[in-house]
Amino acid sequence: MSAVLPLSKAPSQVQHAHWTDRIAHAVLLLVTIALFVFLALPLFLILIKALQAPDGSFIGLANFVSYLASPSLLQSLWHSVWVSLLVTVITVPLAFGFAYAMTRSCMPLKGLFRTITLVPLLAPSLLSAISLIYWFGNQGAARGVLQAFGVDNIYGAPGVVIAECFAVFPHALMILITALSLADARLYEAATALGTSNRRVFFTITLPGAKYGLISATLVSFTLVMTDFGIPKVIGGNFNMLATDVFKLVIGQQDFQRGAVVGLLLLTPAVVTFAVDWFVQRKQTAMLGARAVPLRPKPSPRFDVAMTAYCILIAALMLAMIGMAVFASFASFWPYNLKPSLKHYTMGLVDAEVGDAFVNSLKLAAGTALFGTAIVFVGAYMLEKTRGAAALRPIVRLLAMLPMAVPGLVLGLGYIFFFNLPDNPLNGLYHTLTLMVLCTVVHFYTTGHLTAVTALKALDAEFEAVSASLKVPFYKTFWRVTLPICTPALVDIARYFFINAMTTISAVVFLYSPDTKIAAIAILNLDEAGDTGPAAACAVLIAAASTVATLLFMGFGRWIERRTQAWRQPAGQ
Amino acid sequence: MTEYLRLQGVEKNFGAFRALRDIHLTIERGEFVCFLGPSGCGKTTLLRIIAGLETQSAGTIRQADRDISRLPPAERDYGIVFQSYALFPNLSIFDNVAYGLVNRKTPRAQIVSRVDELLKLVGLPGSGSKFPAQLSGGQQQRIALARALATSPGLLLLDEPLSALDALERVRLRQEIRSLQRKLGVTTIMVTHDQEEALSMADRIVVMNHGAIEQVGTPREVYRDPTSPFVADFVGKINVLDGRLHPGGNLHIGASRFACGQETAAERDVKIYLRPEDVLARPIAPGDSNVFSGVIDKIEFLGSYCLVRVTSPEIGQQPVTVYLSLNYLAEQNLEIGSRLPLRLLPERMRFF
Repeated sequence: MSAVLPLSKAPSQVQHAHWTDRIAHAVLLLVTIALFVFLALPLFLILIKALQAPDGSFIGLANFVSYLASPSLLQSLWHSVWVSLLVTVITVPLAFGFAYAMTRSCMPLKGLFRTITLVPLLAPSLLSAISLIYWFGNQGAARGVLQAFGVDNIYGAPGVVIAECFAVFPHALMILITALSLADARLYEAATALGTSNRRVFFTITLPGAKYGLISATLVSFTLVMTDFGIPKVIGGNFNMLATDVFKLVIGQQDFQRGAVVGLLLLTPAVVTFAVDWFVQRKQTAMLGARAVPLRPKPSPRFDVAMTAYCILIAALMLAMIGMAVFASFASFWPYNLKPSLKHYTMGLVDAEVGDAFVNSLKLAAGTALFGTAIVFVGAYMLEKTRGAAALRPIVRLLAMLPMAVPGLVLGLGYIFFFNLPDNPLNGLYHTLTLMVLCTVVHFYTTGHLTAVTALKALDAEFEAVSASLKVPFYKTFWRVTLPICTPALVDIARYFFINAMTTISAVVFLYSPDTKIAAIAILNLDEAGDTGPAAACAVLIAAASTVATLLFMGFGRWIERRTQAWRQPAGQ
Repeated sequence: MTEYLRLQGVEKNFGAFRALRDIHLTIERGEFVCFLGPSGCGKTTLLRIIAGLETQSAGTIRQADRDISRLPPAERDYGIVFQSYALFPNLSIFDNVAYGLVNRKTPRAQIVSRVDELLKLVGLPGSGSKFPAQLSGGQQQRIALARALATSPGLLLLDEPLSALDALERVRLRQEIRSLQRKLGVTTIMVTHDQEEALSMADRIVVMNHGAIEQVGTPREVYRDPTSPFVADFVGKINVLDGRLHPGGNLHIGASRFACGQETAAERDVKIYLRPEDVLARPIAPGDSNVFSGVIDKIEFLGSYCLVRVTSPEIGQQPVTVYLSLNYLAEQNLEIGSRLPLRLLPERMRFF
């Protein structure tokens, strides 16, 4: 039967693309171009600027050499490094203890404790700096405590370190809770059966199991502190750090070249973190097989009590930090008249035009949530669920992961360089809220992308194959099946974008104009003008708005779930 | 019989790995063909190439006199059922089955009657308003089958459709799919690693190994006349004995001589493949040839019959396994250590 034809040497075997495939390729190409223009090019311009003289001529590494020769900038580098190290060394063990209590003890009220420690994520990170000023500043409520420790003045390194510890804690905690949740009960049962001591179990099973989470938390802490801008700005005083230097160089002195050099320095630890983290994540996934049995902690009164006490201590510190800002924002005239009043709110909102900034913040957050969710989800869908255009896919994958490695400050810097170019046809976007939305979407792209990819990967891989065999174009299946199933993930992504757009400072601080100033930046301006009260009020307002938004998103999520996820109910319901 | 699907010189490389090599195969209209092989043999890849979900590195595919080698899946004519069912979980059973019909602008009334007909066909009438999660695995697979058949495709592709089901459901659905296929006369290709499934369902079996076709034949041919040691080993149980073949159909195993139908020009070493049912414990009459006697050293209880392993110094202590019924063992008082005479059927021996 088969001997009829000698094999006609077929040319390269490439399938014809169906017209629906072409649509998918076009959309994927659009996403690639968007990420290229709004991420890759701005970053590339930083590199270019760093190698240029102010007149635009190429001077190689001369900017780097002059930077290294400048003692004041070198000092900033040293400050940034040791502060980041110190904060990491303090925060990671504390967060590990807390995560351990959450995952391995039977202590009560875990949900409450967890919520309290995650609240700082709802406010700009500089909220803790403002609170510290009220606690330990020159007119602080507990200044004596600080002096008893031999620290004379909260402004400078001590303030930065303490405030950063609070700001970084929830980030480290989330990573460590995830890492410690991935435990295989069978290992612990085997250890118990062999009569292993608790201490040995901890060092031979628990710690190695959480190893990757610890590495990740360490790197993330270090990078967050290194690239944070708000806290050193508010409480750093004359203590210079890299992040504040960038701002001074670029906005204050218009020295774009040296600003670019510092930007690249900030990018380095973030890129290293990103690379290591990515490598580690790959290993982590292989660790827990499908057959693993989740670990359920057993009650152990002494241990549980100790853990509860520890968590109460941490939560109390958190509450003290948040509470002070709230309290001070209502105090009539700190520290002389503590009678509650709305003075700071009215003054800040009305007189200092924070009201407009607040509306801008809401616009930015809503725009980011809406537009960001759409592009992230469509991008992830095209990447995961369509065929062909093989050359584009690794590029999109890389560009989608890249924002994780780019500190907001560096991204904002790149945006100035790129969109401020007179020759750039997109120059008109500069200073607009649109560009700020785009920048924020890109800034927080990776987490949204990963959430979308995870949700999409949970779907049966053959939906698209079945649709094609039934001659149904992919976009119909996307609309009828993929999108409805993924709505909970979409709500999650939108909430994430919204909250981060409300609280972010670092990237947009380079991009706003007086008309497009947002609330988080207004805090900085108020603080700089010495209006600490209104600054606190503004921070509290942002936190409140974020909280309300979170609750609304959660409620909306529930409602959507009830409407669209009825099919998840098992038989008989 | 008319030719429906023809694969010529199909190859698939994943980088340096050759997943499929030089696949030639013709399938007749209305035939039920099983691709059978161990995991990693390329059977699923071959199915996906026929579906257009993978693209072959070389070779051509013709379906119903049309070259489909380079057509995207949407331009080919087939329905497909996956191991995971791939039912749309948020759509009702009705919407799932109607999924391909709606897109063809079929009038609503016609869709309703077609879906009803299909649900009846797969034995689940009236389940249209349920969601997939409310059905058992076997029921979900029936719905997946109905959805694949809804548009009356010329070719039905089944990718391990029964592997995710429990043993009882699997056996039941096996026969249902087979009789449905007969009734509709749709050309069907099923991928499976379960030889029992292939033997009981297929018109023809394509046994694959390491990306190549080892043998194509009816279940009986593949079982009775395997053309390679791999096929003999993979399909059904088999005894493998070392022996030496002499001219004149003389077979030496250990110290014993047996008669066999195999001629040889020169003396040579052979491997003898013989199914357990071709080694007889009864009836053996005095004077029968090809008889040797051994000692039972293992009895594996399988229900109504047992696998009994016998070793004998007469054939160099090589173990031979036979099927014996539980009743026979009891009647003859056979247990481990008992002596048992056995007869090898010469016409059933295969030599490699």
